[in-house]
Amino acid sequence: MNDYQLMIDAYTEAGGTPDVFKDSKIAHLVVHKNKVIGSHLVRGLLLEPKETESGVDIKLKVIKGVKIEYPVHLCFGVLPKEGIQEIVIKAIIEEDAGVKLLAHCVFPNAVKVIHKMDAEIEIGDNAYYEYNEVHFHGERGGVEVIPKARIKIGRNSRLMTNFSLLKGRVGIFNLDYESEILDNSLLEMTAKIYGYGDDRIRIREAGRLLGKASRGLIKSRIAVKDNAQSEVISELSACAPDSRGHVDCVEIIQGNAQARAIPIVNVTNEFGKVTHEAAIGRVDKKQVQVLMARGLEEEKAIDLIVSGMLK
Amino acid sequence: MEILKVENLSLNLEGRQILNNLSLSIEAGTIHSVLGPNASGKSSLAFSLIGCCDYSPQWGKIFFLGEDVTHHPVYQRAKMGLTLAWQEPARFEGLTVKDYLSIGIKGKNDDLIKEALEFVLLKPEEYLNREVDKTLSGGERKRIELASVFAMRPKLAILDEPDSGIDILALDHIIKLIKELKKRGSTVLLITHREEVSSIADKTSLLCSGTIVKEGDTVEVGTYFKERCIPCPTRIYPSGENDK
Repeated sequence: MNDYQLMIDAYTEAGGTPDVFKDSKIAHLVVHKNKVIGSHLVRGLLLEPKETESGVDIKLKVIKGVKIEYPVHLCFGVLPKEGIQEIVIKAIIEEDAGVKLLAHCVFPNAVKVIHKMDAEIEIGDNAYYEYNEVHFHGERGGVEVIPKARIKIGRNSRLMTNFSLLKGRVGIFNLDYESEILDNSLLEMTAKIYGYGDDRIRIREAGRLLGKASRGLIKSRIAVKDNAQSEVISELSACAPDSRGHVDCVEIIQGNAQARAIPIVNVTNEFGKVTHEAAIGRVDKKQVQVLMARGLEEEKAIDLIVSGMLK
Repeated sequence: MEILKVENLSLNLEGRQILNNLSLSIEAGTIHSVLGPNASGKSSLAFSLIGCCDYSPQWGKIFFLGEDVTHHPVYQRAKMGLTLAWQEPARFEGLTVKDYLSIGIKGKNDDLIKEALEFVLLKPEEYLNREVDKTLSGGERKRIELASVFAMRPKLAILDEPDSGIDILALDHIIKLIKELKKRGSTVLLITHREEVSSIADKTSLLCSGTIVKEGDTVEVGTYFKERCIPCPTRIYPSGENDK
């Protein structure tokens, strides 16, 4: 079986729908280690991958006025037990343009794999960019994932990121996203991760609400058990009149796991406002008892609560 | 036939005597009300009966369907057909109304779930896929709680203050739901501090300071409660209400 087919199989196992790679209306890019092994473009979207020694540099541009109808599917992965993949993305979403991306990152056999992503994203005025990233890691925990993004959002625009790592061991995870938001624009960042074994999770998501009436929501849902550890740093700064932000972090721990949440809220304009809520602890006892009163055993009740939170 | 029998139940929480040598007997197929003022031990009794972990009695026994269930965990009692609609129901992120109502039902039965929602005046098409989280109002969450017990068809449904947080218009339907539960074969233990709600019961027990002080005909116990317990003569009120 060739690498392409193996990647598609891993993508399918991660929850992806392989038919998208055959559909001419849907743009896609498949990268194994530092090789581009599949790609397809649609009108209005420029996607230029360039292979490098350790990964791929990608230029992505959505032309002014174009809204890409179907989500662009990206599939990144390393199939062998060892390897490195460095993805550098430069994305420009021009004025009045929009795109949704669905990225699957698959490392099913990883024992010693490093996956780095370094993204620079510029979103023009009246534009939108939605980035959904789903990871599938296998059970050995031998992956180190280091995603980093620097994002600028123009006026009357929208950025949404959804990161989820719910299948397989996390390994070592260190996410760092920073964004600047101009007038009347919206930032929404969500991360959902389930760590176990001796997984290590660190998330830093930051947004600077620079424009009038800009909005920001940073949301994280983390569950850790066994000896896993997590640290979530959520930073929001309201720097303009009527800018509003909210940080919402929930972490559930079981066993010997440890969790830490550090919400940082800054307000530098008297008409700005940022709120935050953070809850860390065991699964709520009352929730467990309510489900048990419907006939669920304790363990199943806890599983249901955790999987609901991460859904 | 007796479905639930409580013998000399005593519960002490953090040094406070919450239930005190309480005995109670409930006949199958009836609506039995436990009426009592605030802080008389009504919810604690409900938690003890279903087996909540912090409410294990220090003394006494609980028999359900003739079996001693005093030390059975919550889920085991639920599987036998004993459940509770909570006065303040929990919220669950990511769990839909449909998921929540399905938990207590043996086999998936969409019609049963829809019917239960309609009984509490919630349109299934609007609610089935909503999450049982903080986006629901207190009243909506409460109705969903009652619907989930209704869908479960328990042998004994304990309803803890089913009328609290429900608007007046919906109250009639809640009463209709309680009567329907009985009609369909469930026994209902109705916990309330309102005499007008307990009036639908076949029998009423009056709870005071953790013990049953009067039991029998609903009208008689209700009248006694209204005349003698409001305001409670043994409780110290902050603004001299005892004098009223």
